[in-house]
Amino acid sequence: MKDTVEPYVTEDGRTIGGVLMELKHITLKFGGVVAIKDISFDIREGEIRAIIGPNGAGKSSMLNVISGFYTPTEGEVWFEGKKRPQMRPYKVAQQGIARTFQNIALFSGMSTLDNIMTGRITHMSAGLFSQAAWWGKAEREETANREAVEKIIDFLEIQHIRKTPVGRLPYGLQKRVELGRALAAEPRLLLLDEPMAGMNVEEKEDMSRFILDVNDEFGTTIVLIEHDMGVVMDLSDRVVVMDYGKKIGDGPPEEVRANPDVIEAYLGVSHD
Amino acid sequence: MPDQLLYAAEVMINGLMAGVLYALVALGFVLIFKASGIFNYAQGVLALFAALTLVGLQEGQVPFAHLINAAFGTEVHHFGWQLPSIVAILLTVGVMILLAVAIERFILKHLVNQEPIILFMATIGLAYFLEGFGDVMWGADVKTLDVGLPQGGSFWIEEKTAVLGGDGFYGFFIDKLDIVATVVAAILVISLTLFSQYSKQGRALRAVADDHQAALSVGISLRFIWVLVWSIAGFVALVAGIMWGAKSGVQFSLSLIALKALPVLMLGGFTSIPGAIVGGLIIGVGEKLFEFTIGPMIGGATENWFAYVLALLFLVFRPQGLFGEKIIERV
Repeated sequence: MKDTVEPYVTEDGRTIGGVLMELKHITLKFGGVVAIKDISFDIREGEIRAIIGPNGAGKSSMLNVISGFYTPTEGEVWFEGKKRPQMRPYKVAQQGIARTFQNIALFSGMSTLDNIMTGRITHMSAGLFSQAAWWGKAEREETANREAVEKIIDFLEIQHIRKTPVGRLPYGLQKRVELGRALAAEPRLLLLDEPMAGMNVEEKEDMSRFILDVNDEFGTTIVLIEHDMGVVMDLSDRVVVMDYGKKIGDGPPEEVRANPDVIEAYLGVSHD
Repeated sequence: MPDQLLYAAEVMINGLMAGVLYALVALGFVLIFKASGIFNYAQGVLALFAALTLVGLQEGQVPFAHLINAAFGTEVHHFGWQLPSIVAILLTVGVMILLAVAIERFILKHLVNQEPIILFMATIGLAYFLEGFGDVMWGADVKTLDVGLPQGGSFWIEEKTAVLGGDGFYGFFIDKLDIVATVVAAILVISLTLFSQYSKQGRALRAVADDHQAALSVGISLRFIWVLVWSIAGFVALVAGIMWGAKSGVQFSLSLIALKALPVLMLGGFTSIPGAIVGGLIIGVGEKLFEFTIGPMIGGATENWFAYVLALLFLVFRPQGLFGEKIIERV
């Protein structure tokens, strides 16, 4: 599949890869309510793909479809060139799709370190008995995982809160720990649901920098939902715009910004 | 040493031993509460069911004998074999794991994301079902459980301690079974703590206890963890069932020992494994000493209520228990 797609050149001249995930005609209904209506778009390897739209547009639902928390009523999800069968969220995570949540979902009783360590569960394979005996494989694995986690802690500049139970941390730092946990899985695809919601300007700048760095240094493909237009324009390579469950725009930020439908959805221009 | 003090010491040691047994039951509660936020009302019945199954398997009882006889007019009751204790115990562990799978399959799976109170109600239902099921399966008569654990007072300890007191003092009376129970409980607690702190499954277990969604998002299967937790709880119930069963016979009042675990949990905190142990010991020692010192003055029989009064006091002054997580509501 990869070879059939020509490389895509972004506005800032970066070339991003082939299609990593393709969503085909996704429709999602809850009873009579249609949350997503026949939406198709693709996610390319190495890009930062933003999903924007007003409140209630169905952005989070879309992310939940990608991460397997919701099963689409109609439509197909293609991942790494294969059609994905209906799948439980933990299986999706094991395939290399990590995510954060709009309302932080951390293990609040655990320390920062332990939280990020849980992110590596998909990388742990030693059986119960070798773990119990703390034998070769289990020990090596634990050490390797610890090293990976320490790297992430360094990267996100949260060394000072390694041992703090995350329930006690301020909001901005909690968001950062949650990002760390998702990163610990070394995901193929990273889904961020409003990573900057509720943050002050300084925190937003920090978070933007981390997202760009993740994309840059690890080459991680990122899908993010964000309200703040400015942030989206700065960060993303391509943008999907949703409104009332429908896709009303798709393309590079500049193009999307000029799209009259998008302006209408955001500014509420009347048709008269 | 004055004899009075020695008696008090003996009472205290026996209290500690009794406390270990309380702690064993409380442990099962804590495990499930930590992993799923469910207060498992059925824990006591689990212990009863495990003990019944163990005796039944060991004695080669035919399960559902009464039912079969009533339906087909037969006269079956025993297969006529006697299993070695260790085989019977292993088989019972297997039965408890099957039970855990069934509980997940028929109850928990359908109650994902429900309020804790709903799940609590479900465990009440489970408790009564299991009690009846155990009755139908193995019969309602009181059974003796003998897996070869040493019983009776330890003469060695009695002899060695007799020299401490005067002529009227015959040494400490300590039941060997209680000593075994203490050792077993210690091993159980240490291994459970290591498991939950350092193993992959233990970490996953703590994660599930904290946040279902987040646990799913890092690739943890909720269903597997639930089966695991209930299997472990079943295993702990079996250990508790063996100890209590060996002490006082396997009878349906065994399921009531769960009630004694409640004050233990209030003292130790619902979420702490060490808390369950310390809580158990405090209650064990407390009620025996209270009975020994204050009991005669107020007419005795204080053991029935002492634990609950202590728990009430704790609820007033330290609702999260000694080791429980502080209850913080973020607004």
